[in-house]
Amino acid sequence: MNQAADTGLAARLNRLVDFAPVLIALLLALVVSSVLLVALNTDPLAAFGFMLEGAVGTENATAETLVKATPILFVGIGITIAFRGGMINIGGEGQMIAGALAGTTMALALGDARIPAEMAKTPGAFDLIIVTSALIAGFLAGALYGGLAGFLKAYFGVNEILSTIMLNQIAVQMMNFLLNGPLLDPAVAGFNNIPKTARLVTAAQLPRLSLPLGDPWIFARTRLHWGLVVAIVLAVVIYIFLWRTSLGYRIRAVGENERASSYAGINVKRQMMLSMFLAGGFAGLAGVVQVLGLQYRLQTDGSPAGFTAAAGFNGIVAALFGGLNPIGAIPASAFFGGLLVGAQKMQREIGVPASLITAVNGLIVVFVVSSEIFILQRSKRRVSLQETPTALGPTKATETGSDLPDSANEATAEEAS
Amino acid sequence: MGLDDIFTASVFASAIRLATPYIFAALGETFAQRSGVLNLGVDGIMLMGAFGGFYAVHLAQTAGVMAEPLGLLMGVLVALIVGGLMGLAMAFVSVTLKAKQGISGIGVYLFGLGLSELLFQQWVGTPKSVAGFPRISFPILTDIPILGEIFFHHNLLVYVAFALVPLSAFVLNRTTFGLMIRAVGQNPEAADAMGVSVARVRYATTTIGGMLAGLAGASLSIALINLFQQNLTAGQGFIAVALVYFGGWRPLAVAAGAMLFSFVNALQLQIKVIGADIPSEFAVMAPYVITIIALVFATKRQEQPTALTKPYERGE
Repeated sequence: MNQAADTGLAARLNRLVDFAPVLIALLLALVVSSVLLVALNTDPLAAFGFMLEGAVGTENATAETLVKATPILFVGIGITIAFRGGMINIGGEGQMIAGALAGTTMALALGDARIPAEMAKTPGAFDLIIVTSALIAGFLAGALYGGLAGFLKAYFGVNEILSTIMLNQIAVQMMNFLLNGPLLDPAVAGFNNIPKTARLVTAAQLPRLSLPLGDPWIFARTRLHWGLVVAIVLAVVIYIFLWRTSLGYRIRAVGENERASSYAGINVKRQMMLSMFLAGGFAGLAGVVQVLGLQYRLQTDGSPAGFTAAAGFNGIVAALFGGLNPIGAIPASAFFGGLLVGAQKMQREIGVPASLITAVNGLIVVFVVSSEIFILQRSKRRVSLQETPTALGPTKATETGSDLPDSANEATAEEAS
Repeated sequence: MGLDDIFTASVFASAIRLATPYIFAALGETFAQRSGVLNLGVDGIMLMGAFGGFYAVHLAQTAGVMAEPLGLLMGVLVALIVGGLMGLAMAFVSVTLKAKQGISGIGVYLFGLGLSELLFQQWVGTPKSVAGFPRISFPILTDIPILGEIFFHHNLLVYVAFALVPLSAFVLNRTTFGLMIRAVGQNPEAADAMGVSVARVRYATTTIGGMLAGLAGASLSIALINLFQQNLTAGQGFIAVALVYFGGWRPLAVAAGAMLFSFVNALQLQIKVIGADIPSEFAVMAPYVITIIALVFATKRQEQPTALTKPYERGE
């Protein structure tokens, strides 16, 4: 909490140690998944080899990894804000859907209004107004959906974990309803039952991304799009917001210690809603960017993860894995994107189902939060070595980069009401 | 189409059946939460229990090594063991390692979701059905018009679930073990001072909760739906956790909540069946909307266990 500590060299070294839980978790997950693979009569080394090859073996594989990482990063940034603010947001899935619905509707409507029909398929067209409006609409819809859970927590003491899980289910049904009815692509209405919207005009699409190295440019023939750049820039922005602005400070203060924040005059309820609002907004961006950058229409197979591909959950894992730091979420998302893409290769090559990754993700979550006890013990030792703790209070575990704020753990009904 | 078409005896009967997994899982979660452990991994444990139970019965029936009732009991046993082991793991993580419970529970959920699907794809492949617990016909009782259909024509696990409700209330409120659970959840320092091992009680309740969650899963895969598929529970474990809040941590009220929820669900299915002019998506959505509304009203009113989600550290 004390910013001065960040500057010292010792503090920097401590920061490195703060990533210990992440490394421990990774190692343990590797061990357990090897055991699982052996139990399934598979050579773990071969399996991991195929995963690595599938994730980064070719230019296209790397691009696919980054494409998968993009929504995970957006959600992960939002989850970081929420968890830092003491709110356990499990609603990434629903907030993504809310954002995608609003953003797609906006992009379709503005596309109709601004782009003449004969220009709808012009390659390379780009309309900043349409794209920006769609992104803002997506952000706001996700933010309101997340903010609703924050509101229910702040004013009615409703556990946000439970409310966001319910809101996920509601969002899925709402999407199924809208895509089967009001938003159904007029071109396919009455012909088939795949719930999907019309295709966006090219001007409403996020352009593909390639790097000017070599000929042709790197990633020129892949699905990589500018959504990744938007996500990375926003990760940096949110880092500055959380650690260099007073509003970000207030959010973190509530996450660290709700009661002390309230004594210090911070409006706890408002910060709760704000952190959920922002978290939902980023998940909403994940949803709308999936449509604008990749799919060019909103579609689902009707199942809960039919549109999101579980990015709303994977974002939680990435946020934890990134040490609840938006910058850390960048490599973490790339890592999980690689896991998901690599697992498909593994499944094709040696028939180990890609659902292994879901199980491994679960293990990583458990291991990251479990290994925090070691950090806790370390900072306790540190305190007992310093004979005179300062008035600011002894170095607490919650100062570290990787563990969770205290009140993230308290499903408080009484304190919030 | 009148109300007679909607509120039929079969709707009440299916509400009772649908409540079964919720009752098992929510009662188990009640034990865990009363002692101060929030286990959010219930849904993942249910999935593992559902798969374990299904797979045992599937093996017994395809190999024909076991007589039918014995195979089904094996299924129940496997579900209890698998669930208990996962509960034990959750206890280790949250009691011994003092991990944040809300998040570690999500990890347990993802683990169960992924592993149950992985094992299913490796060992079974395509959805197959098994001959699950048969419905019991009671002499005379089952033949009573309407009431017979509603109350006396269910499979064994349905009755076990409902029998567990008063039993759980009795254990929690009238036994020494129950007193220890409540003490550990309400005031762990005092319980510790009285010589109660906070850790041991929490291990016990979380493991019991895991076993009941496993049984809840099996009640789906070998008694109600009689098959396993990816994400069979579809979030029912999370609803069960919500029901514990809704019921104010009291077994009878929790079970009542489960009944209410299942009744809405049964109505929803019936409305689909008779083809009422309501988009089916809204019908499916209704139980979740109602759960949120119920939480809004329930949370204000209830006192949650003081030490819920707080790892116990002995003061020095």
